[in-house]
Amino acid sequence: MNGVGLHKKLEENAGLLIFGILFVSTIGGLVQVLPSLFQESLKTPTGTTRPYSAVELAGRDIYIREGCSVCHSQQIRPLLAEVKRYGPYSRAGESVYDRPFLWGSKRTGPDLHRVGGKYSDIWHRLHLINPRDVVPNSIMPAYPWLAERDANAGNDIHLKMIALRKLGHPYSDEQIEAAPAALEGLTDIDALIGYLQILGTWTKPEDTP
Amino acid sequence: MVSGTVEGERYFDRVVTALVMFSVIWAVLGMTVGVYIAAELIWPTLDFGLPWLSFGRLRPLHTNAVIFGFGVSALMGTAFYSVQRTSHVPLYAPRLAWFCCYAWQFTLLLGGLSLLAGWNTSKEYAELEWPFDIAITVIWVCFAIVFFGTIARRRIKPIYVSNWFYGGMIIVIAMIHIVNSLAIPVTISKSYSLFAGAQDAIVQWWYGHNAVGFLLTGGFLGMMYYFLPKQADRPIWSYRLSIVAFWAFTYSYIWAGPHHLHYSSIPDWVQSLAVAMSLILLAPSWATMINGIMTVSGASQKLRTDPALKFIVLSLAFYGLATFEGPMLAIKSVNVISHYTDWTIGHVHSGALGWNALITFGTFYFLVPRLVGTVLYSVRLANIHFWMALAGTMLYILAMWGAGVSQGLLWLSLDEIGELSFSFKDIMASMPPYYALRFVAGLVFLLGAVLMTYNLYMTIRGRRTIHVRPPAVTSHQV
Repeated sequence: MNGVGLHKKLEENAGLLIFGILFVSTIGGLVQVLPSLFQESLKTPTGTTRPYSAVELAGRDIYIREGCSVCHSQQIRPLLAEVKRYGPYSRAGESVYDRPFLWGSKRTGPDLHRVGGKYSDIWHRLHLINPRDVVPNSIMPAYPWLAERDANAGNDIHLKMIALRKLGHPYSDEQIEAAPAALEGLTDIDALIGYLQILGTWTKPEDTP
Repeated sequence: MVSGTVEGERYFDRVVTALVMFSVIWAVLGMTVGVYIAAELIWPTLDFGLPWLSFGRLRPLHTNAVIFGFGVSALMGTAFYSVQRTSHVPLYAPRLAWFCCYAWQFTLLLGGLSLLAGWNTSKEYAELEWPFDIAITVIWVCFAIVFFGTIARRRIKPIYVSNWFYGGMIIVIAMIHIVNSLAIPVTISKSYSLFAGAQDAIVQWWYGHNAVGFLLTGGFLGMMYYFLPKQADRPIWSYRLSIVAFWAFTYSYIWAGPHHLHYSSIPDWVQSLAVAMSLILLAPSWATMINGIMTVSGASQKLRTDPALKFIVLSLAFYGLATFEGPMLAIKSVNVISHYTDWTIGHVHSGALGWNALITFGTFYFLVPRLVGTVLYSVRLANIHFWMALAGTMLYILAMWGAGVSQGLLWLSLDEIGELSFSFKDIMASMPPYYALRFVAGLVFLLGAVLMTYNLYMTIRGRRTIHVRPPAVTSHQV
């Protein structure tokens, strides 16, 4: 039986065709994606990497809500120019508590993985409220509303931490109980700056080969 | 009465007409948002300080509206149309088909509003939050039931090649959508991915790349395999090639996802495998393109008079360009320059505008007059649209090549003592001309689509979908 004859069977039987497509399209995922999910080194925190505090977590979710990852990557490649521009290259162990990952795919603005500690809190505040006040030619949007909204407006920070604990983030009961109080009196912009300022600070340059 | 047909039996085409109309509406809406955010990259204060006009919220609205609104509505409509005609039976469960149509539009409408409100998973092309993910899954399963149910009761023994591609799309999109959307809900608007960090990245790009692969490539190849031979009035050039290309495509596409993560902290072997499979992918991609082009080659005189065929043939050329560029960008030494730059945006649009949008426009110009039993309102307008679409796509790609290659080279450039040659700000400051050209290109493309909307509206105005009976079949053999 030649190939076309063999194929006649597949294309005259809808069940076989569906099974064939499912089988052929699954192989790649089974060989390439599935083993990665069991690779311990991709789940093991590097250096001082820890779960995000209540403020940092709230800030991270604001970063997600405003779509910051559309224009800013958080993944420094091991290239000379890139390490010079942004700092030590990113390692898998630094994002083990990132749900979802925020590596991004486009740098309309610069990479932010090691932005923590590079600028002062007040610089970030001015920059977020109107980027052109500190970077004249910037095309980044202004985020004035962040300074007006209560950082725990949804009253859900403890729920978020409970959900993350279910997924294996080691939060203690005390941390979760104290979470709403930690956000007391803070606005979105405070939380976001709290997140930006710890970005990439968990691995010190000397830890990187 | 001839054996094989039932008295009064006819194809269910009203749902097709509805889906085509929704698709056109989403096209204009999604492209308008695209042009708007292109303008925001030139004039950043165009968001007027309003959260829901902010670039970060409009960008996912743009991609979701064009891919899932324009693209999927067109695919669903053309799948329903062609599966009946290639099976010689009316749709299985037509009420379920109506449900698919309206539930999809409703989900996307609410989903679009939720994106404006900042409900966003941040996973590219999977930004909608968990309530929408569940709705999408339910609708997709109904789509599968209608599609495969129709095939199951077909009166023609062989399942035609367009149905393999539409079927492949339905199956693989279901698989990758469900796995990539696995998450623990916190509130109605917020969930946390089941996967974290590098693992989440691998799963996301397994999804992201194959959404492009099986929806924007495979699904639209299904459209090509039905509508191109119909318009050219010739059979597919090589049946054998279509078989080989289909299975090679379905097998190899799945592996290519991690080329979106070159030089990132995912394992090296995953990246290397993705390079190899991306290069292999060139073969089935071009095999299909050649099959399409050769099918038209005997009917090339029609290209002078039939705007619909012109759109489809041009779309195949852009399909060939994009599927050549893709594997090249997947090579690590090229990717070093292109990654994170506007080159990626250009590549996406050579596929999205040049391939997906053009083949859909061509198909609509062919399909809509037939659905309502008339001729196209204006061939001249369609020809003008053709040139606008071509100019818009070309200018868009050129602008993004210029921007992307400059960014890539300047970011990596070191001076004679090994220090960075340019600051990020300086490089960014050289972008406005490219971004302005891209804005104009997008605007020209959008205006072309508006022209088509008018043309199709005038064609369809005051008319109803006509009834078509399945052909009387006396033998099931080919």
